[in-house]
Amino acid sequence: MLNVIWLVLLASGIIIAAINGQVEVATQAALGAARGAVEVCFDLIGIMALWLGIMRIGERAGLVEALARALRPVMSKLFPSVPAEHPAMGAIILNLSANVLGLGNAATPFGLRAMQELQKLNHKSEEASVAMCTFLALNTSCITLIPATIIGVRASFNSADPTEIVGPTIFATACAMTLGVTVDYLFRTRSRWGRDDRAD
Amino acid sequence: MLIDVLTVISRWAIPFLLLVIPVYGFLRKVPVYEAFIEGAEEGFTTAVKIIPFLVGMLVAISVFRASGAMESLSQLLGPALRTIGTPAEVLPLAIMRPLSGSGVLGMATELMRTYGPDSFIGRLASTMQGTTDTTFFVLTVYFGSVGITRYRYSIITGLTADITGLLASIYICNLLFR
Repeated sequence: MLNVIWLVLLASGIIIAAINGQVEVATQAALGAARGAVEVCFDLIGIMALWLGIMRIGERAGLVEALARALRPVMSKLFPSVPAEHPAMGAIILNLSANVLGLGNAATPFGLRAMQELQKLNHKSEEASVAMCTFLALNTSCITLIPATIIGVRASFNSADPTEIVGPTIFATACAMTLGVTVDYLFRTRSRWGRDDRAD
Repeated sequence: MLIDVLTVISRWAIPFLLLVIPVYGFLRKVPVYEAFIEGAEEGFTTAVKIIPFLVGMLVAISVFRASGAMESLSQLLGPALRTIGTPAEVLPLAIMRPLSGSGVLGMATELMRTYGPDSFIGRLASTMQGTTDTTFFVLTVYFGSVGITRYRYSIITGLTADITGLLASIYICNLLFR
């Protein structure tokens, strides 16, 4: 499916640019984005190093494990295929907590760490496991208590109440999260697509 | 009141973590600096591994956005969304939400510059911006970091959540701000 989405985005973009008689726009966009992607990754190196370093201290002090133990009842319902003691659980909890607090730059390192741990449990190295799908469903629809960036933008345009959108945002995200988790649950319990051991 | 609490949390969260975790580790006799370096070493390899995946995805999204394909799509979807209370100006933002984080922030900023942050458009754009994540970016980076190329049903789950978030934003903003 990803192959189709990728091709549609790219091909429809080029064809429409050509129809509009400005095909060179596609060239600029493609080359600029390729360069920009590497910049994003380079920005990530330092932030990744910082948070993975801090996380390792937390792991060796037993903090991450303690967190995972406290949330065990919820986590084992959401991730039945991951052993309760597995280090992936701690990383997932850290990632989701960082998301809730709006700490976007800490969320990514924790999340990538969680993916590495989940990949160790994955039988097919190029295909997402059920646990990964659940994790990303939670991650992409996660509630943010403090949408700091947009509050900043509103304040910079002299809004009378920059934070008035926090309530509506939490409501809308809660709806998104409920449906995301439900759809994921239906996939992994009701569909053949949601079984890790299915034959292709 | 609640807002004050949230602001304090967001200011203190990072310094708090950077203080408490190393101090606690030290008290538990963890060699804190060595442990930090050990963990930090993984940062580089993980970030570099993502590059090919991110180049592929960002190039496709960027071409799609720059070409005017997005405007065509919003014209197509326009009538349906207008009937449920969405001003046409906000449509491109709604369409881009799952694709590009920086692109959407730019659009939301532009809408607030034009219409003001306290207009209906400004409030709706703010709510949409804060709701859900850039699903495609997250999937690309997270799956890319471990070399996964088949995403299975996670795109459907992610897009369902995104669409729900957008529709819920439209609903709640019409309810509160109209």
